[in-house]
Amino acid sequence: MTVSDTHRAIDAVWRIESARLIAGLARIVRDVGLAEELAQDALVAALEQWPESGVPDNPGAWLMATAKHRAIDLLRRNERLERKHEELGRELEAQLEMAVPDLDAAIDDDIGDDLLRLVFMCCHPILSTEARVALTLRLLGGLTTEETARAFLVPEPTVAQRIVRAKRTLAEARVPFEVPRGDELTARLESVLEVVYLVFNEGYSATAGEDWVRPALCEDALRLGRILAELAPKEPEVHGLVALMEIQASRLRARVGPSGEPILLRDQNRARWDHLLVRRGLAALDRAERLGGALGPYTLQAVIAACHARARTPAETDWARIAALYDALAQLAPSPVVELNRAVALAMAFGPAEGLELVDVLTTEPSLEGYHLLPSVRGDLLAKVGRFVEARAEFERAAALTRNDRERELLLERAAACARGNRLYEPPG
Amino acid sequence: MRFMVLVKANEDSEAGVLPDEKILAAMGKYNEELVNAGVMLAGEGLHASSKGARVKFSGGKRTVIDGPFTETKELIAGFWLWEVKSKEEAIEWLKRAPFDETEVEIRQVFEAEDFGAELTPELREQEERLRAQVAAK
Repeated sequence: MTVSDTHRAIDAVWRIESARLIAGLARIVRDVGLAEELAQDALVAALEQWPESGVPDNPGAWLMATAKHRAIDLLRRNERLERKHEELGRELEAQLEMAVPDLDAAIDDDIGDDLLRLVFMCCHPILSTEARVALTLRLLGGLTTEETARAFLVPEPTVAQRIVRAKRTLAEARVPFEVPRGDELTARLESVLEVVYLVFNEGYSATAGEDWVRPALCEDALRLGRILAELAPKEPEVHGLVALMEIQASRLRARVGPSGEPILLRDQNRARWDHLLVRRGLAALDRAERLGGALGPYTLQAVIAACHARARTPAETDWARIAALYDALAQLAPSPVVELNRAVALAMAFGPAEGLELVDVLTTEPSLEGYHLLPSVRGDLLAKVGRFVEARAEFERAAALTRNDRERELLLERAAACARGNRLYEPPG
Repeated sequence: MRFMVLVKANEDSEAGVLPDEKILAAMGKYNEELVNAGVMLAGEGLHASSKGARVKFSGGKRTVIDGPFTETKELIAGFWLWEVKSKEEAIEWLKRAPFDETEVEIRQVFEAEDFGAELTPELREQEERLRAQVAAK
């Protein structure tokens, strides 16, 4: 094995082990920031030693043992430096020593719990959404700062700073390293699911930049979701979210044309959908539904996605059912965006005029003012009822609002088509 | 990226001897790890080749050959489909598998972007269809 082979192997080991390593260490040192530093130190040691010694048979245990020794060293050093922290240092050291003999066994047994604690820590509501995303991708997804920065099109120092601040905030607030219980669990779980879905959506339809989709980010989110589904198997909404992501991801390769332009659902070649992911999505949905209780917002969205997935052709789509599901979703989680989707479903089920009626109401909605999909949908419905002049204006407005280059091209194309349509449909004379 | 992990057959698997409880338990634990890590998309074990068949294509002619097949080491006894970040990650996962005496192969699965120009004609047609539809509106 060459040095660069070993480095690639170490990267792979890190991706597999880092979250468990950090989670296990965080339980011992009770500080996520410190836990990550210790894990990083162990990684540095591996980078120094493995090219010579070869990758050990059990690399995870090697990293953990190394990190553990660093932790003890660090605590001893702190003890010497800061007498006032002596007590704390001793206490931690005692915990560590106690933990050492059966640490590996403990890590194995409790690893699920530790990981789940780490998930809740990374997505803690005292952190801003950006910070939650950055911390989750870094500590749970094993992404480097550079990878996260590239994924979200922000400068690397910005991401680094978000992570540093997030760790400091968690340490200062003395956020306990635990899984919340009872009512708090529901609220905190919502925050976790939101972070995962946000990462997925950024990959699925990038809000900015040149690419319409970034599949790697979708894969990261899916992996986080799948891990979460095994960590919290009794939470229906976790399975609902996984189902939603699996089904949406199944369309990834059908969603982009040869020059990177978006292809809308009705125009996609359904043979190009990833049917393995469709099946996985339907299975996850089944898991969510079998847990019983009222369907949550993610599960409802997954049911809607499943309606599309089950239709072999666009014409087979059960739009009336989808409209009813959006109605249920609107009652559960009212939002103008849900209303807009409901309008599309109504238009498909009962004709464009029906949808247009609802969309016209939404044009006065202040929160949708800068949302490019509102004029985009309105333009589509106006074109369908033959009001091309207004449709063109709406497509142009949508093009001006979107920050995604590929989407802008498509919208401008539709505006141009409306201009042609207008001439075609102009009454003679 | 996705990898197909191909487990080769051996005399036992070809004789239809099922793995003992210990091996099944170890494999079960390993599969659980793969699922918990969000890596495993699919995985199945295959019956002995005596229950399978081959269809040989030669020009316009199709000849059916029933199993079993003799070249045991070339036969497949099971597979996994994994989603990982790199080939190295797939290798690291595979090294943890509870096998004793065997060889397992890792093969990368084609994805849309791997096809490049090969896929363009169909997609171009699709694109043209889209443009036609847009223009018709």
